[in-house]
Amino acid sequence: MQTFDLEAEGLRALNSALHAQSEQTNQTVWDIVNPKGSHAIAVGLDAPIEVNVKGSTGYYCAGMNKQATVHVHGSAGPGVAENMMSGTVVIEGDASQYAGATGNGGTLVIKGNASSRCGISMKGIDIVVHGSVGHMSAFMAQSGNLVVCGDAGDALGDSIYEARLFVRGSVKSLGADCIEKEMRPEHLELLADLLERGGCDAKPEEFKRYGSARTLYNFNIDNAY
Amino acid sequence: MCGIVGLFLKDKSLEPELGTMLTDMLITMTDRGPDSAGIAIYSEESNANGKLTIQSDDAEAAFDGLADALSNAIEAPVLLRRKDTHAVLEMPAEKVSEARAALREMDSSIRVMSTGDILEIYKEVGLPKDVAARFEVAQMGGSHGIGHTRMATESAVTTMGAHPFNTGADQCLVHNGSLSNHNSLRRKLRREGVHIETENDSEVAAAYLTWKMQNGATLGEALESSLDDLDGFFTFVVGTKDGFGVVRDPIACKPAVMAETDQYVAFGSEYRALVNLPGIEDARVWEPEPATVYFWNH
Repeated sequence: MQTFDLEAEGLRALNSALHAQSEQTNQTVWDIVNPKGSHAIAVGLDAPIEVNVKGSTGYYCAGMNKQATVHVHGSAGPGVAENMMSGTVVIEGDASQYAGATGNGGTLVIKGNASSRCGISMKGIDIVVHGSVGHMSAFMAQSGNLVVCGDAGDALGDSIYEARLFVRGSVKSLGADCIEKEMRPEHLELLADLLERGGCDAKPEEFKRYGSARTLYNFNIDNAY
Repeated sequence: MCGIVGLFLKDKSLEPELGTMLTDMLITMTDRGPDSAGIAIYSEESNANGKLTIQSDDAEAAFDGLADALSNAIEAPVLLRRKDTHAVLEMPAEKVSEARAALREMDSSIRVMSTGDILEIYKEVGLPKDVAARFEVAQMGGSHGIGHTRMATESAVTTMGAHPFNTGADQCLVHNGSLSNHNSLRRKLRREGVHIETENDSEVAAAYLTWKMQNGATLGEALESSLDDLDGFFTFVVGTKDGFGVVRDPIACKPAVMAETDQYVAFGSEYRALVNLPGIEDARVWEPEPATVYFWNH
């Protein structure tokens, strides 16, 4: 295991070291100490490595992630896992606004709450939030799954395209063109898998499904699930 | 952008450290606002019960003999403590407004930064570390304080455009964001007789709160109504004689993190600003909700 003191060695050195890891690296586990809310920790990774951040992070932690598993043992600032392509990002605490924004793939797990705009413009990422999400979550969501074990704030799924939203608690309000939809067996099966991957013991039957009414955009049948 | 820091102490034993802690927090927020910086500090260390904090670009000449001249004008003792371009004038509380009027007559180059019983505001153009050093903020004690680092968007980088803004006796406001209806609101407030000095949007917010409170609103009520009357992005942190408050607009784009322990309540635009506070590892850390007024009092 590699231990990296961010305060002593600096952000550029950290991200350079992580970017230097290839698919065949032997240095598969990295512990980052003294993150102290710094920005852009572990961004742009592209190797099957495990990065453990021992504390809270600032803006854009684990952005553009590919393949890597980034585990934040604290809370994350705005834009965590923004535009993630693949891999896994786990936040032990809370996540600030626009967590998982524009994510194309991979799994983002937030064990606390996420604030506003969680999953905004998501394009294929799976997001599992153990707590609640703030207003405008999944705004213009295009593809992927957002699971919320707690409550959702105002205007959930506003102007949504083709993403699936699962909420266990209350939804303060639905955004334009977002409606509650029938939970069919295939959705329960999908949700069970998402909950398991998210390390969450909630039961799929306790959730409601929301998605697009498909009246706001020029619907093309090829987009439908 | 812009950076805000705030610290409200519950544990009196930390009061001598207030300036040191706020300085560290302020400097951490430099890359959110390198244009100007300012600090509002609430301290009951002085014996007098009325304070005017003033500023002059030619402080040497402006402050020379000022205490005596002002003392003669208001017929009361005046003590002047100079700090770089600023000075704190201490006098009996009931003489403060008279002194403010007298100052305007005596020297038009002198600008009033703050009035109140315990509030002092220091602000200048420049990097936060330089501004904090010029005013020796680290050496100041107090019960609570608010700091701001400005990245200017709506008006010029000047001393008067720097935050915090004094909104009334012992009240101040700092702002991160930009207001889109500040021109029309400024015209409206001026018609109501409210004095607004600059073209700065945040000063309009400060003047708005002052005007609301002059018309009978409490600070909490004034903050609530700001959610209806101010259009734009804002996170405000306000200070009063014995407390401080936080409010964010309903969209809440502008970042805010709070931390609370048995010893203090702290505010930072980012968690980074809070990381050196004592016991932060075990503090309750959260993001204030949109369109929700938070307030702490001693």
